[in-house]
Amino acid sequence: MSFDIDVRRQLGRREIAARIVTDARVVAVVGSSGAGKTSLLNMVAGLLRPDAGHVRLDGDTLFDAGGADVPPEQRRIGYVFQEHRLFPHRRVGWNLDYGARLRIAEERWITRDETVDLLGIGHLLDRWPRNLSGGEAQRVAIGRALLSAPRALLLDEPLAALDPARRDGILTVLEQIRDTLALPMIYVSHDRADVARLAGHVVEMGGGE
Amino acid sequence: MLSAEEWAIVALSARISLVAVGASFPVALGLAWVLARWRFPGKILLDALVHLPLVIPPVVTGWLLLILFGPAGPVGAWLERSFGVVLVFRWTGAALAAAVMALPLMVRAMRLSIEAVDPRLEAAARTLGAGWWRVRWTISLPLALPGMLAGLVLGFARSIGEFGATVTFASNIPNETRTLPLAIYSALQLPGGEAAVLRLSLISIALSLAALVASEWLARRHGQAHVL
Repeated sequence: MSFDIDVRRQLGRREIAARIVTDARVVAVVGSSGAGKTSLLNMVAGLLRPDAGHVRLDGDTLFDAGGADVPPEQRRIGYVFQEHRLFPHRRVGWNLDYGARLRIAEERWITRDETVDLLGIGHLLDRWPRNLSGGEAQRVAIGRALLSAPRALLLDEPLAALDPARRDGILTVLEQIRDTLALPMIYVSHDRADVARLAGHVVEMGGGE
Repeated sequence: MLSAEEWAIVALSARISLVAVGASFPVALGLAWVLARWRFPGKILLDALVHLPLVIPPVVTGWLLLILFGPAGPVGAWLERSFGVVLVFRWTGAALAAAVMALPLMVRAMRLSIEAVDPRLEAAARTLGAGWWRVRWTISLPLALPGMLAGLVLGFARSIGEFGATVTFASNIPNETRTLPLAIYSALQLPGGEAAVLRLSLISIALSLAALVASEWLARRHGQAHVL
């Protein structure tokens, strides 16, 4: 079972609850805004503590309300945020290497050159994040996450801020990551067409107004 | 222009201010971090305490330092007993007085710059494998750096100008605690001291102005609002 997630969390007056149990490589999470899709990803990444439930990845318990709570830096879960969140004080190359530097060699499964080729970002390495277009920044953010040697990838509406041509480019990259790297992914989207193209398993989150 | 004696005063002032700023930097950084990021009951009180030296008469701050750090004070007696360190009437005491007076300004500037750091970037760093300290060192501090430097410069300028607490706690001893403002005051008391007053005043104005310009420049480069 690659994903075994069952979490609940009260945020203000909202209750966020989700259950994902699947072997599918790509899980899409859909639902109206306010349903707590981002909160779900934060709970999987370890950035938000669930009130109850568990998070397991390939049989490895990352969180259990009964005890285990692996800190985010040890979960090895890559996270591509809705906004790219590149570190603004450093160039693209440094951003890419940030996570890779923190992992031991045995954990790494992709080199910097492979990542750069896959994403087509070789010409951006010396640029500053503020000088990138939305699509470029999102590619770099994906590359940064891949290089941190993750065992799974979380993608929070990575296409939301992009125009249609660039969306297609990123989608193609995500398909490649799915097919050639065989990396489990949780993909949050409100676009049914993206979801149909990428995901093997769809989870609908309700509760939002 | 300046006599050797006057240069010595400038050098003493600079040394006292550098030590004051260097010693209070870790304290200011810690307080700024706690005030910017933590939420706890009594935070308003801590905030007020930190800012107190900014608003109470400096002579009162000096007197409080005497009570605490004087030979009979709880901290002063302990320092002398344990380490043989005496602060009162020493240049180190002048540095302590300057540090206490500079602390609020330093905390203010640093707190603003820490508050301007986006916690979402820190969260991103954690998911990439960085622990708490590494995130501070590689992300938070570099992003807050201009504000940190502005705080240091402001603290230095405030230390250079410190008078009331210094004269109360460390007294006005030539070559030991007679800093620029104290020397100017002393020169004013002497007949024919006007030329010295003018020279030393010009030096202090130049130093303060340079510090203010530097701190504003640093803060602006960071796109921050004024630190004052």
